[in-house]
Amino acid sequence: MASIANTAGAAWMPAEVRQPGRLALLLRYLRRNKGLAIGLTILLLLVLFTIVGLLLGDPKHAYPLSAPTKRPPSWQYPLGTDFFGRNLLSAMAVGMWQTAVIGLLAGGIGTVIGVVLGFLSAYFGGWIDTSIRSICQILTPIPVLLIQVVVAGSLDKRDVTIYTMALIVVMLAWMGPTLVIRSQVLTMKERQFVSVAKLSGVSDLGIIFKEILPCLLPFIAAAFVGQVFAAVFASFYLAVLGLGPLREPLLGNIIWSAQTQGAFFNGWWWWPIEPAVAMILILGSLALIIMGLDELANPRVRRSE
Amino acid sequence: MSTTLKLIVRRLLFLILVIWSASTITFFVPRFSSRNAIRERFAELARTGGFSPDDLDKIIAAMQAQFGLDKPLLQQYGDYLWSVVHLDFGYSLNKYPATVLDLISQALPWTIGLLIVTTILSFIIGNLLGAIAAWPKAPQWMRFVATPFVLLTGVPPVLMGVLLLFFIGFRLKLLPLGGAYSIGVIPNWSWGFALDMGVHQILPGLALILGSVGGWVLSMRGMGVTIQGEDYVNFAEHKGLSGFRIFRDYYLRNALLPQVTGFALALGTVVTSAIVVEGIFGLPGVGTVLQNAIKSNDFPVIYGIVLFITIVIATLMVLLEFVYPLLDPRIRKQ
Repeated sequence: MASIANTAGAAWMPAEVRQPGRLALLLRYLRRNKGLAIGLTILLLLVLFTIVGLLLGDPKHAYPLSAPTKRPPSWQYPLGTDFFGRNLLSAMAVGMWQTAVIGLLAGGIGTVIGVVLGFLSAYFGGWIDTSIRSICQILTPIPVLLIQVVVAGSLDKRDVTIYTMALIVVMLAWMGPTLVIRSQVLTMKERQFVSVAKLSGVSDLGIIFKEILPCLLPFIAAAFVGQVFAAVFASFYLAVLGLGPLREPLLGNIIWSAQTQGAFFNGWWWWPIEPAVAMILILGSLALIIMGLDELANPRVRRSE
Repeated sequence: MSTTLKLIVRRLLFLILVIWSASTITFFVPRFSSRNAIRERFAELARTGGFSPDDLDKIIAAMQAQFGLDKPLLQQYGDYLWSVVHLDFGYSLNKYPATVLDLISQALPWTIGLLIVTTILSFIIGNLLGAIAAWPKAPQWMRFVATPFVLLTGVPPVLMGVLLLFFIGFRLKLLPLGGAYSIGVIPNWSWGFALDMGVHQILPGLALILGSVGGWVLSMRGMGVTIQGEDYVNFAEHKGLSGFRIFRDYYLRNALLPQVTGFALALGTVVTSAIVVEGIFGLPGVGTVLQNAIKSNDFPVIYGIVLFITIVIATLMVLLEFVYPLLDPRIRKQ
């Protein structure tokens, strides 16, 4: 029986037609989804810069008094040094690394909270849904950055580190993913395969983890990148306002200190411009990836080739 | 009529809830923190001014009584909410006889001026460009004008400000590098001073506009694409109406409605980015007051500004919701 099926299959499908590998499929998809491809490429280059910078340079040079002050870019100091005697090349590498830590940590925690709350709210409904939704609604008009300013400003300056920054940022950043996941679960819940699972006696947790969650993965991925973007953005704003960990070479801190020292007035143009360009590349690549993932998650906006 | 009234009451209740939760956050967060604003301030004074440490404790106790910090927490909370209702945010620690509201009202005209001009301009430019980009009959070159703005969407206005400072202010030396007017000029009511002031506002304004136009272009283009397929646009075309008329009355007007909602939602972002941009350019607006307060640990000012802006934004959002029926006859009829 099996052999007949095999030979029939072989006759029907010529042997040389093979399903392309996963990598090939991915590359093919990226060629179609140009935004995602460009965003990923820029992000990869930034990661490369950070790794190479951390490996080749001494991270100690990212801190004050480790280099001569106010040197414009030269062969010895490719990105120059600043007023406080930081080698900006090392400072940028360390700063980007710290930005990545804040973004991934805050984005990760925010997404997890959002997914859990979104599931609870949509799947169980009732008063849980009402209370979660109204908290989200009431908090939405309050500008998140300003509340973060209050929290960050209330902290002792010694307590402000990269990790507290991430926690401050995440504190008010779970509403977005909560609402997205909630609305997706609501539509998912009514699908037939969920009803079938329910009728077959699958438990609530089983339905959530085995039936609904896999379908939501693209949305969760998009929400995660969105959260990383929001976290990087928020921590950058806090740092530009002077609320960051002042000792660390976070990109926002570098711009803040350059601005308080009047860098442009004094002609030290390289000092604020380098972190600004780096931040633009980071946020730009993340925005492109978000748009690309949106296209992946929402087949309706998926472009036809 | 009664349904309208119900709606208004519901929105007002919502507004009160928002303001209440914001003031609760600004009340409790500082009280749970380990910092004591008054102690820090007077310890600083003691270092520079020189009075004995014993007196310091007495002064701090007296000041805490003055600010009502010795009462039970619940009573403080009640007093605080009551003062928020009066828009009374207390005194600045650093510029003591001045209240927080004084500082805000001195700085507010600058911020409002910058915000109104840039927000209106970017809303108009962005929506027009977005509508044109999605309009199939627009000339080719017009449709490509929008592209560079879209590319700028991910760039926050602050970074745009730094780039503009570098290229236009520093390299080309066309516009000043910061401040509200030239150094050494005394503010007065003359055309020369007004011009000087205007020139100093161009770069921050440009930074805010360039930073937010892209968002409007993107959402408007999305709206425009869906509206093109609508039957009434098709019908208007077959009636033989002129292209401009269809564009203005049938296409733009309908596409604009959701954008107004988007505008309400974007208010928070718009205001916060204006605040940060002001700081970068050293304009004497609310943003700079906030930055100075952060630098000098002037807590009442920080919390007061945050609360003030939250109240303003929440109120504006609710107001915009009431404007919505005026713009859309369909909602009015319901």
